[in-house]
Amino acid sequence: MTEIFGIPLQAFLSQLLLGLVNGSFYAMLSLGLAVIFGLLNIVNFAHGTFYMMGAFGAWLLLQYLGLNYWFALILSPIAVGLLGVLVEKSMLRWLYKLDHLYGLLLTFGLALVLEGLFRQQFGVSGQPYQVPDLLRGATNLGFMILPNYRAWVVVASLVVCFATWYVIERTKLGAYLRAGTENPALTQAFGVNVPRMVTLTYAFGVALAGFAGVLASPIIQVNPLMGNNIIIVVFAVVVIGGMGSILGSILTGLSLGVIEGLTKVFYPEASSTVVFVIMAIVLLVRPAGLFGKEK
Amino acid sequence: MRKCPRIPASWRLTWERRTKVSTAATETKTALSISGLHAWYGESHILHGVDLKVHQGEVVTLLGRNGAGRTTTLKSILGLVGSRKGSIKVNGIEAIGLPTHQIAHIGIGYCPEERGIFSSLTAEENLLLPPEVQAGGMTIGEIYAMFPNLEERRHSQGSRLSGGEQQMLAMARILRTGAHLLLLDEITEGLAPVIVQTLGRVIGQLKDRGFTIVLVEQNFRFAAPIADRHYVMEHGRIAETFSAAELEAKMDMLHEYLGV
Repeated sequence: MTEIFGIPLQAFLSQLLLGLVNGSFYAMLSLGLAVIFGLLNIVNFAHGTFYMMGAFGAWLLLQYLGLNYWFALILSPIAVGLLGVLVEKSMLRWLYKLDHLYGLLLTFGLALVLEGLFRQQFGVSGQPYQVPDLLRGATNLGFMILPNYRAWVVVASLVVCFATWYVIERTKLGAYLRAGTENPALTQAFGVNVPRMVTLTYAFGVALAGFAGVLASPIIQVNPLMGNNIIIVVFAVVVIGGMGSILGSILTGLSLGVIEGLTKVFYPEASSTVVFVIMAIVLLVRPAGLFGKEK
Repeated sequence: MRKCPRIPASWRLTWERRTKVSTAATETKTALSISGLHAWYGESHILHGVDLKVHQGEVVTLLGRNGAGRTTTLKSILGLVGSRKGSIKVNGIEAIGLPTHQIAHIGIGYCPEERGIFSSLTAEENLLLPPEVQAGGMTIGEIYAMFPNLEERRHSQGSRLSGGEQQMLAMARILRTGAHLLLLDEITEGLAPVIVQTLGRVIGQLKDRGFTIVLVEQNFRFAAPIADRHYVMEHGRIAETFSAAELEAKMDMLHEYLGV
């Protein structure tokens, strides 16, 4: 059997795939955080909670309305986005003129409250969610067995991330968003409804987290704490990539997932800390992050 | 006895109506009418009752020292200050209570002092950014004919443009939107004389096209030949106003106000 540095190829490739899957989640979540931070100047600590609610949305839709995965993939992010609209209009709106710290504290508090409510209602044991029929099973690629669902997660998240990047960097709508990020007052003076754009951007960012949650639900147990587990790593990803950079957050998310996966192969003990070690090094060398600009 | 002919209801109030019609007529000729305007940034009270009127098709300057409140007057029109009080009528529509993004849509184009070119957008994206506020703006072709440099540099990032190009772009992008009232803040500041000359020509062309222009200017030599009227501001109020014809006679007074 082929080996790479004494590791069987099969194990190497499956960890690589696992890393890519994790990286896809990091990418989607950090992308949403980056877009929100860019325009709203809010460090959205509730992001993991919206991810968790996306997954719960899928589970609830199936449990109570009998709507399958494919409906959930559309409806659950929309519901999470609407909740985002509510949060932005009722709470975040009052914080824009204040220091970052207030937004961070508010969203952190919000995360604790929402997570507490879900724990109270559903417990922490986790609810199983089935892989949809269409994506069951695995494909034998000859050199490895590829579980169909994991391949779908990578493809779906890449498509969503790059579509987002395209809209922001290449379209008129994206030009408004970039202009609003750079100079909201002037953009508004030109007649662009910036307050509405801010609301929709927050809604979109958290809906992206909700979408990631639905994608994750067949892989991990749907659990009120799932957001907590991932968000710490995602914030490290955002710090490494640089706050506010769109492409940076996508690329950093994917590559850190892969690095994490490979560390599991070569030195498993370090796999859960490698991201933070990289974060520390990046902060020492480039405090604004790999793709970030000094402000 | 013959009865007096009844005056039909539709004839009554004729005088009132007539004055209404005539004020409406003068109001449509007034592009901008500001009265009793106060403005604040947080606690600091910057404008103390500004009154000014600009007729359609007029070019008017706001002169004065730094800190006299000229930039703040422009910003107040767009609602870009902390808070404001008084009356600001643009084309007869009261703007004091409107949010900033709606004020642009009553026909104002704004060119800020710092030019406000978005560095993350290309020159062309900058040019196309401001939404159309009224029909009948200049076409891209006409704009590129007026500013040929911008066509050459259209794919350059906003941050890569020279100061002169940025100023041209900041002017050009508000001509596309159909706004007929242009608020231009210190457009000649820090630019080479040849570019200042070009800008002077551009202002002349815009005036011929019927634009109404409010210029905040430090460079009096640039402003004098193109303006119809001048307002002098001091301590957040209008201190003097005079027409271009009176300029000669007012030079001494002006030197005193501007300290030049």
